[in-house]
Amino acid sequence: MAWVNAIIQGILTGGLYALFACGLSLLFGIMKVVNLAHGDLAIVGAYIATGVIAVTHVPFLWSIPIMVVLMAALGYALQRSVIQAALNKGELATLIVTFGLSIVIENGLQRFFSANSRSIGTGSSLLSASFSAGSQIQIGWLPVGILGIAILVLLALQYFLSASRYGRMIRAVADDRDAALLSGINARHVFGIAAAISFGTVGLAGVAYGMSGQFSPTDGNSTILLWAFAAVVIGGLGSLWGTLLGGIVLGVAQQVGGQINISYEALAGYIIFLVVLVFRPQGLTARRTQS
Amino acid sequence: MLQLDHVTKRFGRVVIAEDLSFSVGAGDTVGIVGPNGVGKTSLFGLISGDLAPNSGQVSFAGKAVTKLDSAARCRLGIGRTYQVPRPFIDMTVFENVLVAAQQGGGLRRKASYAAAAEALERTGMTGEANLPASRLGLLQRKRLEIARAVATRPTLLLLDEVAGGLTDPEVAQLIEIIRAINAEGTAVIWIEHVVRALTALVDRLICLYGGAFIGDGEPAAVLANPKVREVYLGSDIETAAVESLSSPGGTTPRTPRGMSDEGPIISDMLKTDGESS
Repeated sequence: MAWVNAIIQGILTGGLYALFACGLSLLFGIMKVVNLAHGDLAIVGAYIATGVIAVTHVPFLWSIPIMVVLMAALGYALQRSVIQAALNKGELATLIVTFGLSIVIENGLQRFFSANSRSIGTGSSLLSASFSAGSQIQIGWLPVGILGIAILVLLALQYFLSASRYGRMIRAVADDRDAALLSGINARHVFGIAAAISFGTVGLAGVAYGMSGQFSPTDGNSTILLWAFAAVVIGGLGSLWGTLLGGIVLGVAQQVGGQINISYEALAGYIIFLVVLVFRPQGLTARRTQS
Repeated sequence: MLQLDHVTKRFGRVVIAEDLSFSVGAGDTVGIVGPNGVGKTSLFGLISGDLAPNSGQVSFAGKAVTKLDSAARCRLGIGRTYQVPRPFIDMTVFENVLVAAQQGGGLRRKASYAAAAEALERTGMTGEANLPASRLGLLQRKRLEIARAVATRPTLLLLDEVAGGLTDPEVAQLIEIIRAINAEGTAVIWIEHVVRALTALVDRLICLYGGAFIGDGEPAAVLANPKVREVYLGSDIETAAVESLSSPGGTTPRTPRGMSDEGPIISDMLKTDGESS
């Protein structure tokens, strides 16, 4: 039963990883930008949510849409300025620029909020509650809720991309940027929208992370970015639902590894990451030709 | 409508355009020919905004567009097809055209859907509207390329070898589609090696070579121009070809510049014309 519990907990953890990964995957799929500041932006989202609560005293749930809007605006502005300038010099330049952003964000957060860990207080006992699903299986409502939100976010993104005017523009630019320009699409604006979505979702992931435990300015680079990368690579670059599968596979691997020996938890995740890279480098869901 | 003033474009030592000037009026039909690799498609790039000239100015509809990108020029009314069709393969045929109608054509909601449906109907693609673009054959992809350009509601349509690789009946269908588009006042500039397709439509023919126009005028006059004939065949090649054809054991002449494997091309026509005269 302990193994079943590990698998269930792994699946639930996968929801959080999918939230981290979907924005990274979207940005790469559309702009071929590997955003090395992605993990730090999650932490920025968590700090913004706590800041909104502290300053405006709005209920916790209200802070989430405010944070998402602020993150989306930040994403659009950064894309149209710093990232686009780097993109004009080539895709490799974006690696350097986003790495620089990561350093600036991490040090900026340490400067203003100190290196101390903190968590997001929700004020709801339900989020720390759990229910039993057998004698040895306890399932927390919070991980279930995060998995549900991850699925909802992916469904919303899928609907947006397939049925909306902006979604079609994003798909066109992702498919063939030059042909999209010839169809009258303003690629820079489309990139800005994609960055806004990416920043908004990773901000949401940051809040989920801050609700699940403690967070600090250094978590973005040392932990979250690696999880997001692993989930994207396992699921398949540029595949939205692949990020959920990748997150779940990563989560289950970690939990099963931790079940064997607690010190194997992180190691098991990276082993499955390497196995996928070696035997199926295009990821579990992407077609080989796409890779 | 379209004006190129002293445009120069070079890629290293390769000259695409050397102090090139020409204009195209509303509703004109212009054909562009020239051997492979002289920069016909690059000339389209200079007009559509894919390429920036080293010097000179491009104007369209009375506005200087030299510094505008291809999306902005498309919204001003320049539609373009690619030589090798580049549909958005993860979209349906209808979505391909719809996105062009909405962004290039500046249409919204019902008007954009109607424009997309009309563009598909005019290019004979209504039956394939819901197919993924990845499942289309060559003719259908070329038609989709035209439909997507038409959906942007262009006043100038740039067609890049849309007849290449098609059968005679398919070429005839294509000409009718382009003629109908032109009949509504859309100017057409058409790069093509299938010369009989060009001469069936265009009023003016231009031959590009070495970054300059070595022929510009009535199609028949341009095709009879000795410079144009020399560029396509070359006296040495022509002699070798004639000798080879008259000798059963003769060697196969090397392919003249501008010849491809795709059906009758301008060099065929010039050669036939030259042999018969």
